[in-house]
Formats: sequence, C-alpha cells, structure tokens
Amino acid sequence: MSSFINKLRELIPKSIKDFPDYGEGPRRYSLLRKNLILIICAIALLPLVLMASINYLEYQSALKEEMVKPLRRLITSTKHTLELFLTERESTLRLLIRERSFEELREQKRLVHIFQSLKHEFPEFVDLGLIDSSGLQRSYSGPYGLLGKDYSGQTWFHEVQVRGVHISDVFLGYREFPHFVIAVKKDTVAGDFYVLRATIDTEKFNNLISGISLRPGSDMFIINRQGVLQTPSRYHGNVLEKSPLPVPPVSQEAVISEVVDEQGEKLFGYAYLRGSSSILIVTKKPGEVLGGWFALRGELLLLFIVSTVIIIFVAIKTSRLLVDRIQEADQKRESVYIEMEHTSKLASLGRLAAGVAHEVNNPLAIINEKAGLLKDLVQFSKEYQDRQKMLSLVDSVLGSVSRCRDITHRLLGFAKRMDVKVETIYLNQLIEEVLGFLEKEAFHRNIKVELKLAPELAPIAHDRGQLQQVFLNIINNAFEAVEDGGNIAITTREQEKHAETIEVEIADDGGGISVEDLKHIFDPFYTSGKVQGTGLGLSIAYGIVAKCGGDIKVHSAVGEGSTFTVKLPKNCATA
Amino acid sequence: MDGYSVLLVDDEEEFVSALSERLMLRGIEVEIALDGEEALARMKEKPPDVVILDVMMPGLSGLEVLKMIRGSHPQTQVILLTGQGSTKEGIEGMRLGAFDYLIKPVDIEEMLERMKEAVKAIGNG
Repeated sequence: MSSFINKLRELIPKSIKDFPDYGEGPRRYSLLRKNLILIICAIALLPLVLMASINYLEYQSALKEEMVKPLRRLITSTKHTLELFLTERESTLRLLIRERSFEELREQKRLVHIFQSLKHEFPEFVDLGLIDSSGLQRSYSGPYGLLGKDYSGQTWFHEVQVRGVHISDVFLGYREFPHFVIAVKKDTVAGDFYVLRATIDTEKFNNLISGISLRPGSDMFIINRQGVLQTPSRYHGNVLEKSPLPVPPVSQEAVISEVVDEQGEKLFGYAYLRGSSSILIVTKKPGEVLGGWFALRGELLLLFIVSTVIIIFVAIKTSRLLVDRIQEADQKRESVYIEMEHTSKLASLGRLAAGVAHEVNNPLAIINEKAGLLKDLVQFSKEYQDRQKMLSLVDSVLGSVSRCRDITHRLLGFAKRMDVKVETIYLNQLIEEVLGFLEKEAFHRNIKVELKLAPELAPIAHDRGQLQQVFLNIINNAFEAVEDGGNIAITTREQEKHAETIEVEIADDGGGISVEDLKHIFDPFYTSGKVQGTGLGLSIAYGIVAKCGGDIKVHSAVGEGSTFTVKLPKNCATA
Repeated sequence: MDGYSVLLVDDEEEFVSALSERLMLRGIEVEIALDGEEALARMKEKPPDVVILDVMMPGLSGLEVLKMIRGSHPQTQVILLTGQGSTKEGIEGMRLGAFDYLIKPVDIEEMLERMKEAVKAIGNG
C-alpha cells in the first residue's frame, strides 16, 4: 500500500510538490497559483473523467445488449419458422413415398391425382415427379412436361442417393420464376430405390420472410453458401443476384456482429438453416437503434465539457483569491517584521544610550567639581600670576562639562522620552512657542519662516514636552538644511472637518535629501555628515509620533528642498 | 546665616574631596562619609545641619540612609544627589522627607542656594 502511494507520489512533478521558496521572489506567487490551479483541477477532474468514462462504457454495452437481444430473437424465431416450413414439406413427401409403392406412383393418372390433393393442401407445390434408380423420370405431374427426362448425371440425384433427401438452392425454371426442389429417396426390399421430386414456388417462402414486419433500414433475406440471394432483399439485391455481404462461417446459432460496408456501419446477424444450404441473414442500421445512444452520448459530452469549464474557472478563481490573500499576509507580516526590527533597534539603542549616559555622568561630576575647585582656588587667592588665563581655561573646561551634560541629557531623553503628561494642546500655539527658541538664529541668518496655520484647528490630547521635541527637532533640521536667507514654510491643517488626524507640514528650500539618506533618515545616530548633530533628533521625533499612532512622511529630492509631513492623531492614547 | 555644618555622603572619593574643599572655601563646616554606614556613624558623633546624600551608593542606598536619618535626626535636612535620568529617585526621596534633590553634575551656586534654604527651613521648623 505504502509503496503504491510512493509510486503515485513519484508521478507528481517535483515543481508541484515543493512549496515555492521565498527565494523565488514575486515568481513564487505565480508558481504557487499555477500549482494550486493544477492540483485543484486534477482533484476535481479525475473523478469526473472516471465517472464519465465508466458511464459511457456501461451505457454503451447496455444499449448494445438491448439492441442485439431482439435481433437474436428475431433471427432464431425466423430460422425456426423456415426450418419448420421445409421440414413440413419434406415430411409430406416422405409420407407420400413411404405410403405409395413404386408401381402406384409410376401410374401417371395416380400421380396427377396425388399431386392435386397435395397442391390442395400446399399450393406452393409446382410439380411432382417420380424418378427411378437409373435417373429417368417415370411419371410427372406439373406444368413442364418433364416426363422421360434423365437426371442421372445431375449432382442433386447423386446427393439424394447418398443422403436420402435433397433440398436445392433456388433457381429459375422454364417459366422464369424462382423455385427450389425437394427430393426424397425410398429403398425397395429388392435393394433398388426410387426418388420423389417436387418443385416448390419460393413465393410462399418469400411471404414468410416479408411477413415479418421490419423497420426501415433493416433487411432480412436468405443466401446460399455461394452468397447468392435466395429471396429478394430490400437493400442487398434481388433474388439470384450475388449478395454484397461475405458468406459467414457456419453456425446453427444466431450470430450478431458489426460490419462496415459502403452503406456505413450496421449490425449483421445470421444463422444457418438446418438441413439446407441456406443462410438466414438480417441486417439492421445502427443509427436507428443507436439514436438514443448518440443522444445520450451528446448529453454526457455536454455535461462533461460544462463541468470541466466550471471546475477550471472555479480553480482559477479560488487559487487567485487564495494566493492573493497569502501574498497580502506575507506583505503585512514583512512590514510588521520591519517595524518590529526598527522598534527593537530603537529599544536596544535606548538601553545603550542610557548606560552610556549613566556611566559618563559620574566622571563628569568629578571633572565638574575638580575644575570648580581649581576655579575657586584661583579666585580666592588674589595674587595669582596668570589669573585671567587660568580662569578662562577653567571656564572652558566647565563649558565643555556643560556640553557633555547636555549630550547625556539628550541621550537619556532618547532612552526614556522623559515623563509623560497628556494635556490639551493647540498645535498652532505650540509651533509658535517652538519657533520662539529659534527666533534668534532665524534673525541672524536671515531665514524667512512663513506660517500657514489653519485658523480653527482642533486641539489634540498629547504630551507637551514630547510634541515640542518633535517640532523642535524637525524645524531645527530645516534650519540646518537651508542656506542663509532661505525659506521655511509651516502649514497646519485638518484633512476634513472631523478628521481623526491633524497634519503639520514643514517645507524648506534647502539642498534636499539624497535617496540613500532618505532611507535612513529616521535611524538613530544617522547623520548626512554635512552638518553637526547627534543624529538623534529625527529618530526621537519619529519615535514619539509613531508611538501614538501617527506618522512622519518625507518628500525630498536633491536640489529641490524637503517637505516633512507630520500626521498626528487627535487623541494620543499611548502618549 | 553662615557657619552651618554639612555632611557630604558619596562613594566617589574624588568627587567628595573636591566638593568638600570648595564648600570649606566658602566657610562651611564639612564632614565626609564614603558610604551609608559611615554616614550614620558620623551622624551619631556629630549631627550636621544638612546632609548632601548621593542616591546611588554601594551597600546602603541613599534612600535607605535617608529613611534612617529622618527617623533618628528629624532636625537634620537632607538634600539628595541623583544622576541624570534618575529624577524618579529624587521625587521618591522628597516623598520620604528629603528637602530637595539636585542632579549631578551640580552647579556650586545652586547647591549653596539650596543648602541655605534647607538651613532656613530648620530655623522655621
């Protein structure tokens, strides 16, 4: 069983069994779709094909049986009727010859009398004659005047001598109508013999056959062993003509087969008549019989084609839907993964930053105190030689300590985002506050800041400090990007009247951001190298905005300036 | 209100020595302790007006020492020193009865200011 399953498995192409790898890229999905379609089609179509084939064959054999059976019955019953007819006539002649002596029969008058009573019973008898053992016709009653005719040289005479009875093929007599001969022999006590010979009109014979009502397209007739028609036929020539059909092999039982001739396919049945050289033949056009079968076959085929089309259609649709879903899920998962990666990167960097800040803080405190003491000592002793120089050196050290403190402060801010307090904030107001910090720089560098603030902007719930940091960092970034005398435009707006979010756009006409820099713009510690900075500003801003379900989009090209669009939800639940 | 006494508690000897010298230059009486236990011993000997107490120390933590001092010497005011990003401890300390907290590195003038206020608070209390 298992080896059978293994063999089956080997039949399935490898490309279908293997689930396409991620390495395949976008091709993976088209491969997957193709495989799914193939599998679904195979699973659905296989039973359909099997069912259709089995039905086809079953119906075909059942119908054939149904068609062959009546034909066989017809042949058998007709054969019996014909045999009975011949046996009856043969028995009558036997009775005549047994009951009458040679002398009685030789008397012409007597024979005529016998013949007349015979004809009265069986009108198909044409004549009756007595032939002695030398083959001479000794008495005769009939229309031909055959008295004295010598049959000794004829084959039928020899046959009747040997077999005791002879039934001839049909032949045309003197009056040009077909008839056949039955002859019976009687042996005398003296060892001699004589023969009673009668001719029978085939008309009655023909009537027997034509009396059987046949459907149009069917035919029934008798041939002899040379294939010559013994009775007229509908489609196979007249009596005594050669039949176009081949002479079938000997069989007393009815045999049915299919033959193909110039008239097309047809059923051919036959049986040999007992005690005669005749063969009963029946032909039947299959179209007439198979009409029902053809109709059924057509319906089956139509059903099969329609089902196949539906199955293929459904398979394609289902596969497409499924693969699209998978692709969507994959993409979602990938984006979540990237986001997670970014978040965890930020988190570990945060821990690192906090560690650095704490570690640096203590030596910084020592430097601060030592330098402070140095300054004190110089200040408290009035007559110190290089007092001024010493004081400026110490101030410089203290200044650097202060700068370091700012840096550690910012690092810690990055790590902890400080304490959060959500309050109602009017963004327009907040942006103006933030610009207050930069007023001096704008004045010195002659930077024009244009404010396009929406007059009735809805308030948002957020932490003030964090939002200040967001906008300070982004606007500061813009200040660093523009040349002296450059322009910055800040726009606030609601996308719709009751939108969920508020948008703030900060556009500058600076040098723009390269594609490579744009990819990493929100990565911590990433700097373009052009300006000095910690590389944390935008990363912190992004972290704050993203944490509360917002987003920052950057649109920029080198030489065309940059536009930062901050989308903030009105309600920041996680702030 | 000059001439008050201060106990400086911090595990960084370099830091404490420099700071104590600076305070002494300004006429303040300064005692030094390098950990919590030493601080408590000094308190027994001679309780100061103000204790400058580092929060992060090996052994007894600043907050534990604070609790003990508040228990044994309610007259002594405690000013905590916290590292940056440790403001939570500072606030927690104030809840436990510290007078105030300062973030390291500390500006000497600010520290003097706070100490003066602390000493004033003793007078009022």
